[in-house]
Amino acid sequence: MITQTFKITNPTGFHVRPTKTFVQAASQYPCKITVINKGKKVNGKSSLSMLTLGIAAQDEVTLEIDGEREEEAMQELGKLFTEVHE
Amino acid sequence: MREIFKGIGASPGLAIASAFVLKPEEEYVPADNQVMDREAEAERFRVAVSRAQEDLERIRKSTEEKLGAEKAEIFEGHLLILEDPDLIDAVIEKVQENGQNAEFALYETAQTFIEMLQQMDDELLRERAVDIKDVSGRVMRHLRGVESSDLSAMPDECVLIAEDLTPSDTAQLDLGKVRGFVTEIGSRTSHSAIMARSLDVPAIVGAGAGLRGVATGTPVVMDAVEGILLVEPTDEELALYAERKAAYDQRKAELALWVGRPSASSDGHRVELAANIGKLEDVQKALDNGAEGIGLFRTEFLYMGRNELPTEEEQFNSYKYVLEKMNGKPVVIRTLDIGGDKELPYLDLPREANPFLGQRALRLCLDRPDLFRTQLRALLRASRYGNLKIMFPMIAVLSELREAKRILDEEKQKLMAEGVEVSNSIEVGMMIEVPAAAVSADLFAKEVDFFSIGTNDLIQYTMAADRMNETVSYLYQPTNPAILRLIRMVIQAGRREGKWVGMCGEMAGDHTAIPILLGLGLHEFSMSAGSILPARELIGRLSYDEWTRLSEQVMELPDQESIQQFVTQHTQGGDTNA
Repeated sequence: MITQTFKITNPTGFHVRPTKTFVQAASQYPCKITVINKGKKVNGKSSLSMLTLGIAAQDEVTLEIDGEREEEAMQELGKLFTEVHE
Repeated sequence: MREIFKGIGASPGLAIASAFVLKPEEEYVPADNQVMDREAEAERFRVAVSRAQEDLERIRKSTEEKLGAEKAEIFEGHLLILEDPDLIDAVIEKVQENGQNAEFALYETAQTFIEMLQQMDDELLRERAVDIKDVSGRVMRHLRGVESSDLSAMPDECVLIAEDLTPSDTAQLDLGKVRGFVTEIGSRTSHSAIMARSLDVPAIVGAGAGLRGVATGTPVVMDAVEGILLVEPTDEELALYAERKAAYDQRKAELALWVGRPSASSDGHRVELAANIGKLEDVQKALDNGAEGIGLFRTEFLYMGRNELPTEEEQFNSYKYVLEKMNGKPVVIRTLDIGGDKELPYLDLPREANPFLGQRALRLCLDRPDLFRTQLRALLRASRYGNLKIMFPMIAVLSELREAKRILDEEKQKLMAEGVEVSNSIEVGMMIEVPAAAVSADLFAKEVDFFSIGTNDLIQYTMAADRMNETVSYLYQPTNPAILRLIRMVIQAGRREGKWVGMCGEMAGDHTAIPILLGLGLHEFSMSAGSILPARELIGRLSYDEWTRLSEQVMELPDQESIQQFVTQHTQGGDTNA
């Protein structure tokens, strides 16, 4: 299992659209993907659960990935947290 | 019974028709039953989900045809909810492992998410609860084999009244029949409000729970400009609103003609009409209103309402967003203008007895290079994504301008040494809002690429009157001879050096001031987005040649009253501030 923490730079936080992009990317991986914000842990392949994290700009979000292709998933998904989405 | 409801005008316009009241769907709370055949129950659920998917796919397609891909995106989101493992797989698991009936398992699972989202601080996230209700309600109806609330019984012309409209309700509205809609709950950012604006249907949201007392068939008048719904209006009110509606519709049609047209006087003199923005969301509104550029991007929003300074990265992202969205049109970004009435608690700046005359804007930035350099680097890095112009506020003396430019240049050299691409055509200008700078504009003109006159502060400083202080607010006179003479000096000084001069205060959109400013040779008028089309229409009626002459006559008039009178006379036929 690997974990890494990212700071959200998107000025409007991590709303519906970025969440959708994230979940779609996460769902391509066979490994277990957990997202943690302010102590709350959810399934990174569920957009509903991701939204309940209420991720805002400047939040430090931790990704916990376990299983097949975890390194690759970390690289792709972590980038989505630090990128700017519209 | 005659009644009045007040809500939020979410999409402007007026409508006069009979009410069609959409009864809220009865809240269906399924019983918690055990099922015998768990696998069959799970299958029944899967079938209901796939029927809901077919519905949504159909709605998505028709929305895309009617409103375009962007508006249809919401239904892609809904389809995604139907694939969400924490919702769908969770329900199937409850059925298979606990033997619960599908209705109850779905109700319970969806309700958990709805409640969680309704408790979020963020309004946009709270509104996602509506999406889950919409989608799970659809699956539930397929499970139960019941029809959805009936929009098909709608009469030919009606104002739709509902507790709230789900996105799928809104997308399926029959535009041939619905003249407008009014909802009990919701805000300007609700999906139904956004949809109403893009469908161009008048809408009032948040009109309160009293609405459900209105009966279908009752005559109503809605004024979504003011956010008012009149139930059973009197004959006088009906006549009054019929007149208002006709005037509104005609005005709207007239203004719409000006969206894609260039800004030019009747004799072909071109000017630029730009928008003032303070948030990223404002960019779209500027474009929708035919802005030819952003004349003032106030960057304070990046710094306010938070506990620490924005990072370079965060700022870069915001600037890049605006520049890209404006797609090569000019974007004037003003460096931080904090102090005065705008405070940042986390900077812990000393209290000043006289903040408007204190260390505000560039004065603060020059004293706090950490703040200033970070912003300049972010601007420089973003410059290659569009047509960036950097503007310094609150300059009074040349040394301030020189120092700001020196620091900007230093950061540019550093970035280039780091191998970062920076545009080499960034214009650098200053705001003219301190009278000292206005009077010496000829000296400044040699060292800038442009001026933008910030009239709100220029008037306040010139008249030595705080415009928030009601006892002296009579001194806030945009068309006072003193102000107009200063403005003329600035425009002439800029033009003599071949530099363009703009204006980004409220005065730029004022219909008494526009003819004078045009005649004085102002090049760029930057105003709130909603003022652009009326201004473009006005300028189109004015002769530049004539106003060049008339504006000189204006300069000889003794006071604001006679100037206003003069302008009204010479723009006859004229709506002065429509």
